[in-house]
Amino acid sequence: MEQLSGKVWKFGDHVDTDQIIPAERLVSEYNDRLGEFVFEKVRPGVADQITEGDVIVAGKNFGCGSSREHAPRALVQAGVTAVVAESFARIFYRNSINIGLVLVEAKIEAEEGDVVSVDVENGTVKNDKSGKEWTFPQYPQYIRDLISSGGLMNRIKEAKRCTGSQ
Amino acid sequence: MSKTISEKILSAKSGVDAYAGQIIEAEIDYVMANDVTAPLAFQEFEALECEPVREKIVLIPDHFVPNKDIASAEQAALMRRFVQNWKLPNYFEVGRGGVCHQVMVDEGFAAPGRLIVGADSHTCTYGGINAFSTGIGSTEAAACFAEGRLWFKVPEAIDVRLTGTFTKNVSGKDLILKLISDIGVDGANYKAFEFSGMGVNNIPVHDRLTISNMAIEAGGKTGIFPCDAATDVHLKGRVRGKYTPVGADKEANYSSVLEYDLSELDYMVAFPHLPSNGRLVSEVDVEIDQAFLGSCTNGRIEDLRVAAEILREKKVRDDVRMIVVPASTEVYQQALDEGLISIFTKAGAFVSGPTCAACLGGHMGVLAKGEKCVSSTNRNFIGRMGHQDSEVYLAGPAVVAASAVAGKIVSPEVL
Ligand code: SF4
Repeated sequence: MEQLSGKVWKFGDHVDTDQIIPAERLVSEYNDRLGEFVFEKVRPGVADQITEGDVIVAGKNFGCGSSREHAPRALVQAGVTAVVAESFARIFYRNSINIGLVLVEAKIEAEEGDVVSVDVENGTVKNDKSGKEWTFPQYPQYIRDLISSGGLMNRIKEAKRCTGSQ
Repeated sequence: MSKTISEKILSAKSGVDAYAGQIIEAEIDYVMANDVTAPLAFQEFEALECEPVREKIVLIPDHFVPNKDIASAEQAALMRRFVQNWKLPNYFEVGRGGVCHQVMVDEGFAAPGRLIVGADSHTCTYGGINAFSTGIGSTEAAACFAEGRLWFKVPEAIDVRLTGTFTKNVSGKDLILKLISDIGVDGANYKAFEFSGMGVNNIPVHDRLTISNMAIEAGGKTGIFPCDAATDVHLKGRVRGKYTPVGADKEANYSSVLEYDLSELDYMVAFPHLPSNGRLVSEVDVEIDQAFLGSCTNGRIEDLRVAAEILREKKVRDDVRMIVVPASTEVYQQALDEGLISIFTKAGAFVSGPTCAACLGGHMGVLAKGEKCVSSTNRNFIGRMGHQDSEVYLAGPAVVAASAVAGKIVSPEVL
């Protein structure tokens, strides 16, 4: 996997998926433009400022609450490529793997506007401004295989294991 | 080696001798999706170009139905078309369903020993009747439509040992709010709650569902009760097919143990903006604009009965709106038959047919700026029920009803 590098947007603990994308936007007409509404209730206007490749740095339990896959999709559509957080909520973690949002479980020191670099392969994240570096645990083997086969849907497609027609 | 309920169910469904920490692929019994999560799943599924595993799919529109505007109408229509296209047997149209999790229980999909996933975080509700059930995303739901199986990490379990019996109108909601406040909104992240002890038998099944429903509010993957005589009674006449109760082994490994004496619990209310901000109702002084009774947490017939008993011969205060939304058509019909609906309307409450309504700020009771609502739902996040500057206070049905009368958050005993 590639090296990522991007500008930091800071958030606190327990950022729930209602904050990331509120229920009002969960209708299909918005499915391809969820990025425009990301964090609209808690940080109005931030969606316009996030640029391609930016990184979110947050505290504990990022992505808690509703299972809405719209949340990681909204982040990706807004341009976010990775979220660095102390910990992630379970469903958000799975959803992110499936749609290709990189999650880094690490507690790092970074201010808004700093640039951080993530080396997924080697499990390191670095604050380019301060020069400090942290390590993070790799995904379990099963999940790494899943990612390298192009995600859950790709794997099903390739394996042609669909059982319904049998 | 000894196993928890979670380890046993995931072992049985995967054919692997599985323990906490392992990742396994398992056969699911059902996959559920609603009008908000299903459209993304349809998109992913259609791209696969394969047949769905029809009998395992359950589709239930509930979040924005009856269609609240054109956008939600289009969305609900997508689900109807998908159902017709693939001739899916398990679809519950408006007027014949309700909140997805209550329908899963009413219609007998949820049963002991089953592995059920749903594209909705509160899928963990069915743990109340001894199922291993958990929330997933839309892409994963699509994978289940195609394969009828999914990968799981076998969770560690927290043993929640219960003794005693609830007093007054204290209920499962008060226990779970207390528990979440004790361990925090991520206190059970990646873990399962497993409830045990003599106290379990003293908790009615509807309250077990309420408790399991909110396992996710502590980050839990699921919250499972053992199956007992009360579970069997609840399932009688509604369960689809046979079921196999699963109990934990005596020497099973738990990551931690929590203990609660139900008789020591009192009414709880969770302050904005986290379900873990629990306080004793007796210690709060908050005036409210709205009282909401409904949702997959506390919209069951037993909840309505408790509230109706409190509201009988009383009035909702002039400056408060009370909104009552039975969780399913079955609950609604039962409430009509028992005369509860007329108690609510005579008290000045608004009653609607089953839907998620204001629980997620969709429709029917959305809050304006600065408004406060005491609610029997499960989330009080920023803007959850409407404006970002509105506030949601979570409580059980007795407190919601009493507060509607008092105009502030109180227990029924002070009325
Ligand atoms: S009632 Fe509320 S919590 Fe339950 S499924 Fe509907 S929106 Fe979600």
